Amino acid sequence: MQTVVQKAETKTKPKRKANTKWIEMKKMKTLYIMLAIPMVMLFIFHYIPMYGILIAFKNFSPGLGIWDSPWNNFDHFKRLFDDFLFLRALQNTVVISLLKLIIVFPAPIIFAILLNEVKNEKFKKVSQSISYLPHFMSWVILSAMVIEVFSPQRGIINFFITLVGGDPINFMSDKASFIPILILTDMWKEVGWGAIIYLASIASIDPQLYEAAEMDGAGRFHKMIHVTLPSIMPMVIILFILRLGSVLNAGFDQILNLYNPLVYEVADIIDTYVYRSGLEQFQFDYATAVGLFKNVVGIILILSANAIIRRKSEHGIW
Amino acid sequence: MGATRKKISLFDILNVTGFVLFSILVLYPFWQTIVLSFSDANASSSLGVHLWPDRWITDAYEFVFSYGNIMKAYINTIVRTVAGTILIVTFTILAAYPLSKKELPYRNFFTIFFLIAMFFSGGIIPDYLLVKNLGLLDSSLSLILPSAVNVFFIIIMRNYFMTIDKGIEESAIIDGANYFQILTKIIIPISKPVIATVALWAAVYHWNEWFHALVYIQDDAKTVLQIVVRDMLTAMDLSNNSSTAVGGGGMSGSELLLSNVRAATVIISIGPIVLVYPFVQKYFIKGIMIGSLKG
Repeated sequence: MQTVVQKAETKTKPKRKANTKWIEMKKMKTLYIMLAIPMVMLFIFHYIPMYGILIAFKNFSPGLGIWDSPWNNFDHFKRLFDDFLFLRALQNTVVISLLKLIIVFPAPIIFAILLNEVKNEKFKKVSQSISYLPHFMSWVILSAMVIEVFSPQRGIINFFITLVGGDPINFMSDKASFIPILILTDMWKEVGWGAIIYLASIASIDPQLYEAAEMDGAGRFHKMIHVTLPSIMPMVIILFILRLGSVLNAGFDQILNLYNPLVYEVADIIDTYVYRSGLEQFQFDYATAVGLFKNVVGIILILSANAIIRRKSEHGIW
Repeated sequence: MGATRKKISLFDILNVTGFVLFSILVLYPFWQTIVLSFSDANASSSLGVHLWPDRWITDAYEFVFSYGNIMKAYINTIVRTVAGTILIVTFTILAAYPLSKKELPYRNFFTIFFLIAMFFSGGIIPDYLLVKNLGLLDSSLSLILPSAVNVFFIIIMRNYFMTIDKGIEESAIIDGANYFQILTKIIIPISKPVIATVALWAAVYHWNEWFHALVYIQDDAKTVLQIVVRDMLTAMDLSNNSSTAVGGGGMSGSELLLSNVRAATVIISIGPIVLVYPFVQKYFIKGIMIGSLKG
């Protein structure tokens, strides 16, 4: 008898719950209508292209369309690992990205700690404002400037080289100098912008920590290393892990605007290879397969990165 | 504070000098472009630190404006930036407001619908095929529609909306207002800082965006400034020599290099950003702070 009653209860309960939910939803009708508009846009321009990924598994012919093009038994993916150009691009991507990680990533941290030591507030503000000006320029614009700085005809760098008796170097088409240029210009563009978040983090440090350190006789460097740096360390770790998660993004915008065939050997990355093989040579299906490979590896990396952050610090990136 | 903090040490001098040098390093390429744009072939064919033009001539600018479609590209860029920014801001608000309501049934499902798009996309080829199939190739709509929903902006604005005191809204509901009225009459007016930030980011994005324009637009009449600059770069790559003269300039009758003309185009293109930069940069920073809050 008792069990019957219990069963009856469990039967009606979810129904009543669903009902109240339905009433709630009706009350919020306007909210759903608002939400529907961007969702439809996102569906069209973001989810429908995901269906286009199918051509990575097909011999795509534009005449037949995505659905009717014949399947090809993973031929593109088999080709991937025999394709010298792809393997070169994969290697370049990882090399450039890791070099940027090692050299460019710490720069904003150092920048922020040193700027924090400047006492004149006005000077501090102006320096900071100047430092992130390049962040607001596109790589199309910046590459025009970079090419002039390194120009063998009128560039300032080659001027100094000839001053000390050297011959002008055509930096932009030199395999040895191209990667250092990528790293330096990336740092030049982003160091100030990257420092903002660290400066904010430094500003929120409890002044008592500094006072306590002073009481213990800590000097300025001591405070920088033992108070400032540890205080921003959680932020550093989060950003570092996130950056690791996007290690396959070596800087498409930058490289596509700066490279040329003479330096493909060291500068061609997966993204630029996808662009050229897809949109310049029109191998839509193969280029999509290359892009998909990158996307899948990328999402695994970024999700693992976020999982690690969540475990370590209890707040993920969303 | 006290005497120890006011003392100027060697470290202070080195530190400040370092930042002065760094600022020069940041600004030099910009200044060099200005000088180049006001010079002619004679003045820009030798190695050196070009801090001042031999004489200020505007031939390169005259050349840019008389030749090619720079005016057209300028208008296209402005139209694109205004329309694209309005679209992004509208869609950001429309998505962020409902998603900021914890009591919205199935809110998590909708949030995930947006988040997936942030991490996974079809890639450039499927995107291109979609735009092609929709018949949007060579249409200005291809420059503003695919980027109209920006998940990152939505999260920032949602986080901001979630910090707004619930009490204000509840009393409005009791007075019989619906959600749309609450949004337009209460939420939007008190969210001006975050809306300004998103609008500025969106405007900078559209002003600088060149990849969609490169891939989707072939028609010169619909091109944008960034592509005009980029075409000059690639033209230069082909000859592998930026010292090719592009012909006599204007009034002074001096020879111009492609570099002079390109520098002028660059200055024309970045002009609006540089001019508003000092006044709006604090909003950009504010945006980063809001963005780093957790929702």
